[in-house]
Amino acid sequence: MGDYYVPAKYLLNKIVDAEILVAPFITAKTIELGSKYSPEFVCTPFKYTLGTMIESLDNGANILIQFGGGCRYGYYSELQEQILKDLGYKFELLNLITNGKANIKRIYKMIKRIDKNFNVFKGLYYFFITIKMVKYMDKIDDYIRKNIGFEINKSSFSNLKKEMLEKFASVNNPFSLYILYKKYFKRFKKIKINKSKNCLKVGIIGELYTLMEPFSNYYLERELAKFNIELKRFTNVTYLLLKYKKVNKKALKKSKEYMKYQFSADASSNVYWTKYLCDKKYDGIIHIKSSFCTPEIGVMPILDKIANEKNVPMIHFSFDSNTSEVGIKTRLEAFYDMIEMRRK
Amino acid sequence: MNCYLGVDIGSISTKGVIIDENNNIITSSYIWTEGNPVNAVKKLINILKNNLDSKYVVKGIGTTGSARKLIGLLLDANIVKNEIMAHAIGTLSIYPDVKTILEIGGQDSKIILLNNGIITDYAMNTLCAAGTGSFLSSQAKRLNINIEDFGPLALKSNNPVKIAARCTVFAESDLIHKAQVGYKKEDIVAGLCKSIVLNYLNNVGKGKKIKSPVIFQGGVSKNLGVLKYFKEILNTDVIVDPNSHLMGALGIAILAKKNSLGKTYDLNIQNISFDTKAIDCGGCSNNCELLRIYKDNKLIDIWGNRCDKYIKN
Repeated sequence: MGDYYVPAKYLLNKIVDAEILVAPFITAKTIELGSKYSPEFVCTPFKYTLGTMIESLDNGANILIQFGGGCRYGYYSELQEQILKDLGYKFELLNLITNGKANIKRIYKMIKRIDKNFNVFKGLYYFFITIKMVKYMDKIDDYIRKNIGFEINKSSFSNLKKEMLEKFASVNNPFSLYILYKKYFKRFKKIKINKSKNCLKVGIIGELYTLMEPFSNYYLERELAKFNIELKRFTNVTYLLLKYKKVNKKALKKSKEYMKYQFSADASSNVYWTKYLCDKKYDGIIHIKSSFCTPEIGVMPILDKIANEKNVPMIHFSFDSNTSEVGIKTRLEAFYDMIEMRRK
Repeated sequence: MNCYLGVDIGSISTKGVIIDENNNIITSSYIWTEGNPVNAVKKLINILKNNLDSKYVVKGIGTTGSARKLIGLLLDANIVKNEIMAHAIGTLSIYPDVKTILEIGGQDSKIILLNNGIITDYAMNTLCAAGTGSFLSSQAKRLNINIEDFGPLALKSNNPVKIAARCTVFAESDLIHKAQVGYKKEDIVAGLCKSIVLNYLNNVGKGKKIKSPVIFQGGVSKNLGVLKYFKEILNTDVIVDPNSHLMGALGIAILAKKNSLGKTYDLNIQNISFDTKAIDCGGCSNNCELLRIYKDNKLIDIWGNRCDKYIKN
C-alpha cells in the first residue's frame, strides 16, 4: 500500500530470519487477477489484495501476512485464504487481527512459528523504530502534499523521497533514524517551489485503502497536484495505528449535530474532517471510496449536508476495477475549474 | 475582423460555431460524428469555412466534448476545456442570471448549478446511459420512428406508461413488454420521455437544489416530450434556447477568445494527414494501451501511459 512496504519490510527483515518478498507493485494485471477470483460486489480493496496475494504466491512466497479491521475488511483474510486454497495454492496466512483486535500473545506465537529464535526484546525494539519511521514518513508526506503542486523542477520531490526511503531502510537505531529524518526534512524544505500564499487548497477524505494506494485511485493526488493545488489528507498509517481511537472519539464529540452514533471504519472521522476542512476555508473537498464501501456510503448524505451548509464544493468518486480513467479526469478538471472560478 | 472558432465534438454529433468580438454567432454547423471525430471535424470546418465571409480572420480556436484533446491537437487549439465549463460559459453569455443548467447529450448527462454567474456545483452521470440521448435514439430506431417525430408523438399521449428505467437493458425489456400487451405507441413514447426525466432527476440531479431560471440544453432538449415532462415534474418553467445544441461550442469559442494568443489560424485542414496508432506498451505488467498520434506523419504525442516514460517535455 503506497510506500509503506518500506517500513513493513524493514521490521520483518530485522526480527525474523526469513526471506521477505515485497509484494509486487500493483498493476493492471493485479486487479485483473483479483477481480477474476473475487465475488463481484465485494469492495475493491478485496480485489486488489487478493490479486497481490496471487502475484506474491506466484513469486514464491509461502507465508502471507494480512491485517485489517474496522468494517467488513475484518473478515476478508478468512475468505481470501479459502479462495486461494481452493485455487490450489499451498501457503500459510498470518492474520494479525482477529475479532477486530490485535492479540499480542497470538501474534507472538505466530512469529515464533516462522522463526524459532525470535527474541521479544529485539522485536519490540525494532517495532518501535518502525513506528517512528512510519511517523516520519507521514510527516514528510504531509509536507510533500502541501508543496508538490508547486515544484519548479519536475520530480524533485519524488526523487528525494525515493532516496530518503532507501536510506531509511538501512538504519539500525532510533537516533540515526531521527538524524536522517531531520536531514531530509531540511532538504525537502530547500526544494524550490513557486507557491503563492493564497493558492487553492483541497482536502481529500474517504476510505483508507483507496486513499493510500495511488494505483487504486488512479493517481488522484498526482493529477490534482498538476493543477497547482495544495492537498491535505488525514488518513495515513500513523492515524490508523496510533490515533484511530482518539480521533474517532473526538469526531463523535465534535460533530454531535450531525451524528449520534459511531460509524464503522473511518466514516465518523470523515464527518469530523469535512467539518474541519470547511471551517478552515478549504476551496473544495474530494471524497473517494471504493465501490460498495458500506461505511462511506452510509456517511455520504451527512458529508453532503455539511458541505452544503458551509457552502464548500464537494465531489464523490467511487473507484472500481471498471472505472473509466477518462471520466475521472474530466470530472477532476471540471472540479478544478469550478473552485478556481469560485475563487475569482 | 477577428473571429473565434469553438468546436464541440460529442459522441453523437459535432458542433461548431464562429463568433465575433461581441460573442455573436456568425455561422454555425451541426453534423453527426459517426464514430470518426477527425473526419467529422474536417467536414465541419469545411462547412464553416465556406459560410465565413472573407473579411474575417480566425484568431483563436477552442475544443470541448469527449474528443477535445485529439481535435485540440489536430486544430492546434489555444484552449481545450471540459464540457461543463464550456456549457456554463456559453449559457451565461445568453442568460447571465441562469441558476440551473440541465444538459442531456448523447452519452452523458449533467447538471450545473450556478449562482451570480459562478458554477457552485455540478454532477455528471456515472454508471449508465439510461437517461441519455443514445438510449432515446436506439429506442426510436427499434420502434421505427424518426427521432424528430419522437417529441410530437409523445405530446399526443394523455396516459404515459410507467417504465422501469433504472438501466437501459431492463428499460428496453419493459418497453417491449408494454408494446406486446397492447399499449399504444404514443403512450409508450411518452412513457419513455418521462422515464428519461425521472432517471435524470434521480441520478444526476439527486440532492441538487434546482432553482429557476432553468435552462435545458444538449441534443435531447430538442425533444418536446422530454421538455414537457421536465416542466411538469419540476413544476417550473424550463427554457430551451433555439441554439441549445450549440451552447458547448459557443462557450468554448468565448473561452478561445479570452485566451487568444494573437496567432492567426488557417482553416485549410483538409489535406493535413492525421493518424493514430494504438500499441500495447509491454514495458511492465500494466501493459498500458498507448496511442501514438501522428500529424503529417510526424509523431506529435503519446497518450495512455500510467508512468512517466512518455511525458511530453
